[in-house]
Amino acid sequence: MTELDEYRGRKPAWCPGCGNFAILKTLKETLGEIQLRPHQLTIVSGIGQAGKLPHYLRCNTFNGLHGRALPVATGIRLVNPEMVVIAVTGDGDCYGEGGNHLIHAIRRNVNISLFVHNNQIYGLTKGQASPTSVESLTTKTQPFGVLSEPLNPIALAIALDCSFVARGYAGDTEYLKYLMKEAVLHKGFALLDILQPCITFNKINTYQWYSERIYRLEEGYNPSDRINAFQIALQWGDKIPTGIIYKRDKPTMEEKIPVLTEGPLVRQPFRMDKIVREIENLIP
Amino acid sequence: MDYTIKIGGEAGQGLQTIGGILAKVFVKHGFFLFSHQEYMSRIRGGHNFYQLRFSDSPIMCSKAEVDILVALNLETIELHKAKLSRYGMVVYDSKVTKKRFHSEEFLDVPFKEIALREGGTPLMENTVATGAVLGMLGMDMRSYEETLKEVFKKKGDEIVSKNLSAAKAGYEYAVTNCLKCRFTVPRREPPSRMILINGNEAIGLGALFSGCRFYSAYPMTPSTGIMNYIASRAAEYGIVVEQAEDEISAINMALGASFAGVRAMTGSSGGGFALMVEGLSLGAITETPIVIAEVQRPGPATGLPTRTEQADLLFVLYTGHGEFPRVVFVPGTPEQAFYLTNKAFNLAEKYQIPAILLSDQYLADSQWTMMPFDTERLKYKDYRLRGKRLKNVDIYKRHLFTDNGVSPLAVPGDSEHLVVTDSDEHDEEGHMIEDAETRAKMVNKRIFKKLALIREEISPPTVYGDKTPETVLICWGSTYGVVKEVVDELSAEQSIAMMHFSEVYPFPDTAANDYLQILKKAKRTICIENNATGQFAYLLKAETGFIPSDKINRYDGRPFVLEELLEAVKSRTAQEVT
Repeated sequence: MTELDEYRGRKPAWCPGCGNFAILKTLKETLGEIQLRPHQLTIVSGIGQAGKLPHYLRCNTFNGLHGRALPVATGIRLVNPEMVVIAVTGDGDCYGEGGNHLIHAIRRNVNISLFVHNNQIYGLTKGQASPTSVESLTTKTQPFGVLSEPLNPIALAIALDCSFVARGYAGDTEYLKYLMKEAVLHKGFALLDILQPCITFNKINTYQWYSERIYRLEEGYNPSDRINAFQIALQWGDKIPTGIIYKRDKPTMEEKIPVLTEGPLVRQPFRMDKIVREIENLIP
Repeated sequence: MDYTIKIGGEAGQGLQTIGGILAKVFVKHGFFLFSHQEYMSRIRGGHNFYQLRFSDSPIMCSKAEVDILVALNLETIELHKAKLSRYGMVVYDSKVTKKRFHSEEFLDVPFKEIALREGGTPLMENTVATGAVLGMLGMDMRSYEETLKEVFKKKGDEIVSKNLSAAKAGYEYAVTNCLKCRFTVPRREPPSRMILINGNEAIGLGALFSGCRFYSAYPMTPSTGIMNYIASRAAEYGIVVEQAEDEISAINMALGASFAGVRAMTGSSGGGFALMVEGLSLGAITETPIVIAEVQRPGPATGLPTRTEQADLLFVLYTGHGEFPRVVFVPGTPEQAFYLTNKAFNLAEKYQIPAILLSDQYLADSQWTMMPFDTERLKYKDYRLRGKRLKNVDIYKRHLFTDNGVSPLAVPGDSEHLVVTDSDEHDEEGHMIEDAETRAKMVNKRIFKKLALIREEISPPTVYGDKTPETVLICWGSTYGVVKEVVDELSAEQSIAMMHFSEVYPFPDTAANDYLQILKKAKRTICIENNATGQFAYLLKAETGFIPSDKINRYDGRPFVLEELLEAVKSRTAQEVT
């Protein structure tokens, strides 16, 4: 097993008590248990409190723009399918700014694990509504309360036939570790939505609020039944399911690209002499 | 000998088939060729044309006057008849136009009827029309037959032989009936070995030769030809081409691929590039090499989607939040586009910066005959730290402070060294920081240290014509050909030269090549641009303080053509300089 120390990064700048600490610790443990060395992994993140995560552990890192983690992650995987790629984003980052990229990343089914730290609020910009905020929430920018309905990322992903759809909870790290492990080991695009209290700005969805509602899917639950999975995805309110809600094995985009059968592009040498005939071909 | 053939009709009538085949036939006969296309933003209907000019001496622009107008509909005759040359002819099918013209410059050829008789389908009318053009010109059928066989080989022998009969019938009909045709096309032997290529293909080809392994883009006219070209060669040369959901994704994917260790490129037109701008800035702060092709069309916003303009120069130069270096190249010919694409890839990787190729619809869709490109002139050097070389490094820091500002660019996963970068300001290791000292050092590294070195790589403008010119025609990008021909036309009667810029940022240094002296000594300097406000003149003034004495601007979405620019220049040079 790889030692946890190997992943020790810089000191986090999160609020004390933030759910991100639990997620970070669980991620390190997950990586250690699946024996993934830091250099074999690239974390691509966006902007927000979640986006800072890769700085707090050791791995290859591309901390890009708000909402744009998935296209960068896609580019990396398409030229180097040997690299394990995890995209770490937040609810505003991935479901708001990057919504279009999420839809198409699911369609492509590139082998990326997407972890969305979903605290139903904007933390970094200090407390505005996010795409998953509840309708009644009032904030400085939504003084009459949120007027839009919250996005259901789980239902969205199942509707798109995403190959792996799961929900975890930062307050249940044992189960979260299992879900992270399954997501990283899954071949194909894996969405793991991680519910996480924001102790500073979200006074509704607190640890207590979650602990009264969160439950683990029962043993024997069949994640391959898409219709049933969709029904589970619609559960919210008194009971909030966590676990692998939907899963389907299918070919990844990397597997479907013919030139990648000869190995990652990053290791294929460039041969100019092979191309020279292209100039001859331009002579009518 | 210098003839222009214009084929006009609706979208979907096969103008490109006729134009494309004629272009090949003329080049096979050993002639120089220049073709350009103007088309509407629609798939069927409207009015489009394909214009070919061929000559026994080098040519590089379109003319306004037409020698043979191939009218596939009535509108073509109405729109373009006024531009017929002195002995110009119109060839048409009165059954299609539903109108018969009796004056002697009209040749009525029953395209459809002949196609039906010889080929069994009216679809071969284009083959008949092409044959008729060659008959009118009095050329032999050898190369045309050869081309038809190549084009229709895949469709089987029957289709080939039917096309050959249709072609011959069209040809013979014209020979027999065109009593007023006075064209003389000399035989040229032996046939030349020139290539035929347009601007988009030249950029695509340049990318292949530069080791581009990843291209992501969202389709946008007139840049899509680059993506089509690279996609058509992707399987053969190991390239991943991905059509992104939008241009924001396109540039971010390309940056991801580049970060992972390959040469990557994206392309669009102005509107799509506007969406990429945030990513441009990301490429700059993360020091991730990227090549971007921006093929201009007239704006603002959707503008004229299929027309041409040079109005994004200042946009690509100054866009992107924050301050960072970039290079901007503005090729004037397919040859320049090819070599500058190679240079863009090299500089992007050497200095870890964005490199932009700024083209336009006119260059993108114009076909030129050129001598085959010399691959010896290309540069390929892998500037990345990978494999064993990376493993042998003791400590690796992605954004290490170095004397020249360039940090080692490692391939993640090739060793245990970690590659870390951030869109936030960061330290040498790539981790986010906020302290003033590191920030200032990073800015110095990215801008001042690197930019000075990049400037040394930039070539001065091309000067063509009189060595001590009284009049200098200043131009950039796709106006190269037409301005050069104007200089050729006027050189006999006046002291004139062209000064063409193809590398505009960093602006060419005057220390090594004092091109400004030529401008300062000239009596008259005219800045010729395909835009309304004279963006290059503005840039020239901003960078050197020099203000051209005059401007010629065209901004109706159409390219400059020879006679019109010639008149405009003549009217300026006839005036006294005040």
